[in-house]
Amino acid sequence: MSPSQEDSFVIEGKLALPYQYFAGRTGSRFLIALRDEKKIQGLRCEKCDKTFVPPRSTCERCLSDISENWVELKNTGSVTGFTIVRYAEPHQPVEAPYILALIKLDGADTPIPHIVKGVPLGEMKVGMRVKAVFAETTTSTIMDIDHFGPAEP
Amino acid sequence: MDRVAIIGVGMTRIEANKITDTFADMVWEAVNGALDDAGMTIEDVDNVVTTSNDFWDGRTISCMAVGDASGVRDKNVSCVEGDGAFGALYGLTRTLSGSYGTTLVTAHSKGSESVSSLITNAAFDPIYERVIGMDMISACAMQAMAYLDRTETTSEQLAAVSVKNHGNARYNPLAQLPMEITVDDVLSSEMICDPLHKLDCSPVSDGCCAIILASEERVPRYRGKPVWIEGVSFCSDSYFLGDRELSTAPSLTRAAERAFAMAGITDPGAEIDVAELYDAFTHQELMWLEAMGLCEDGKAGSRLENGEFHMDGRLPVNPSGGLLSGHPVIAAGLIRIAEIVKQLRGEAAEHQIPNARRGIAQGVNGLCGQSHCVWVLGKDD
Amino acid sequence: MDENFADVDPMVYQSRINVPYSWWAGDTASGFFIALRDEKKIMGKKCLRCGRTYVPPRKVCPLCFTENAEWVEVGDEGSLQSYTVCRRQLASLPREAPVIFGLIRLDGADTALLHYVDEIDPEQIRIGMRVKAKFADERTGGIGDIAHFRPAK
Repeated sequence: MSPSQEDSFVIEGKLALPYQYFAGRTGSRFLIALRDEKKIQGLRCEKCDKTFVPPRSTCERCLSDISENWVELKNTGSVTGFTIVRYAEPHQPVEAPYILALIKLDGADTPIPHIVKGVPLGEMKVGMRVKAVFAETTTSTIMDIDHFGPAEP
Repeated sequence: MDRVAIIGVGMTRIEANKITDTFADMVWEAVNGALDDAGMTIEDVDNVVTTSNDFWDGRTISCMAVGDASGVRDKNVSCVEGDGAFGALYGLTRTLSGSYGTTLVTAHSKGSESVSSLITNAAFDPIYERVIGMDMISACAMQAMAYLDRTETTSEQLAAVSVKNHGNARYNPLAQLPMEITVDDVLSSEMICDPLHKLDCSPVSDGCCAIILASEERVPRYRGKPVWIEGVSFCSDSYFLGDRELSTAPSLTRAAERAFAMAGITDPGAEIDVAELYDAFTHQELMWLEAMGLCEDGKAGSRLENGEFHMDGRLPVNPSGGLLSGHPVIAAGLIRIAEIVKQLRGEAAEHQIPNARRGIAQGVNGLCGQSHCVWVLGKDD
Repeated sequence: MDENFADVDPMVYQSRINVPYSWWAGDTASGFFIALRDEKKIMGKKCLRCGRTYVPPRKVCPLCFTENAEWVEVGDEGSLQSYTVCRRQLASLPREAPVIFGLIRLDGADTALLHYVDEIDPEQIRIGMRVKAKFADERTGGIGDIAHFRPAK
């Protein structure tokens, strides 16, 4: 009994799993400062001379507790890398095509990924200076920075 | 087998909901605890094995994220998806290979962040079974029903496991659910899935554990008190519940036989001083005792009622309070190992079993205990 | 720790991993579903080496690792190996509690099938009792083509 192509069954399914992620004591302080004061903060390890953003409670190199060593960063930074996303998927926050970049904020040692707007796609360059543009309506997430735009020279 | 010891253990408190900690925070706490315990720094760790599960983390490729929190920068790291006792087994084999003198093993989960029922339902086969809507609780309830039927163990005897373990948890400051309860309290708690009441089931928990393994050659370099791995084995049963004889655990019998043989144990009931077993549900503690030959088949319930497995009994089982008192999946098996280490070092404080010199720890993977990992640990004279 | 959260709720990020899947049932499961749908027959696959008949059928015997070559029709009646009555509305339940799950060893099969048990008072169920398949009126090729198992006369 071998079934024909037409009778080869496909079982459709979906894994729809809801989650609630606790930002924790460190993440909560970062998001609150971002949302309420439009301030971007990092955490600094003096031993390793590194400032981490987004902040982590423990230095990933020496594992020491850095959770109280807050540093306020500037809203400006440089693009260390970027790509132009040209395909559409449901998880994307903006419509393709768009620029996805890694931005090293002034004062930080770790770049953060975010969206860059206001730059024609063909003119995007590594090293470009950019500035955070904050969201009008806040959501208590990283998207309280709406995007990064070109900084005044 | 060459000698390998556990020289450091660290764990977080087990809680229903660690709102101040991300999973990375939990891992750092446990790892720093293990490093302090061993008198080591992260540079002294030669390689790392992490244990995690993407669905409980709500993060795909979760092994890489937790690797970061486990101090893997510039190190060789590998991952085990499953219970921490299996992660520790892999860590042991890496140490025994001779390539690594010290191995850090971590295991974590945060049950508070996900819906366990949906995750364990997804473990069922999507073609034939998933749509029927079973999960870990209903599957284990079906196992309990078969066990009660075959052995004539009573619901009161199951309840006695819960009374013992929650009671023991009062002496363990890291346990989530210390409780002074009676058999009647268990039997009158909500019936979730016949025959399991709410108090027959372990809770959903957040928690993390880390251990550090060292080869015999490296042990003297650090101040951590060594507890030696005398025997270990791992065995699996079939996947489909319908292929198995659910009221029995032949894979655990096989794993225990081999682990005991490796450790040179001929009379496990007499030669083991303390046991930490995987009591995700009350009936399982009884089933696992019988399957390992620590008492006769079908008799664990009555022996429990005689006090044999209490903290002052002939074989204390789960002096920590067990999973019934706190169950962070993934971490649970590694916590059993860490608890035995503490017992054998004499560091279990108020839940210490006096003169414990040899102990066993058990980890479980899969529905209704599909596979088992049995560890025999001992301390030198 | 709590001073971090004075006047403010700890940050909780709600999210969902929502991933659709399409699984090819494969020719073995497809054969099983066709027989269920079109003929109300329950088919198993037999290993010619060890003689075990698997229901649900598998292509390869998990003990011998040889291909199960032979289709065997098993009865629509069998004995109940175990069961549970799910009374709490667990998130995985597709219908309202109480729901009775059972493992049924059909006559001629060496493995048990997971399914529902219905048309019986939970207090009356006994391990070892004889049960019989009730087929769904509308069958589409899935395990739901058996509606449930009920006490055999």
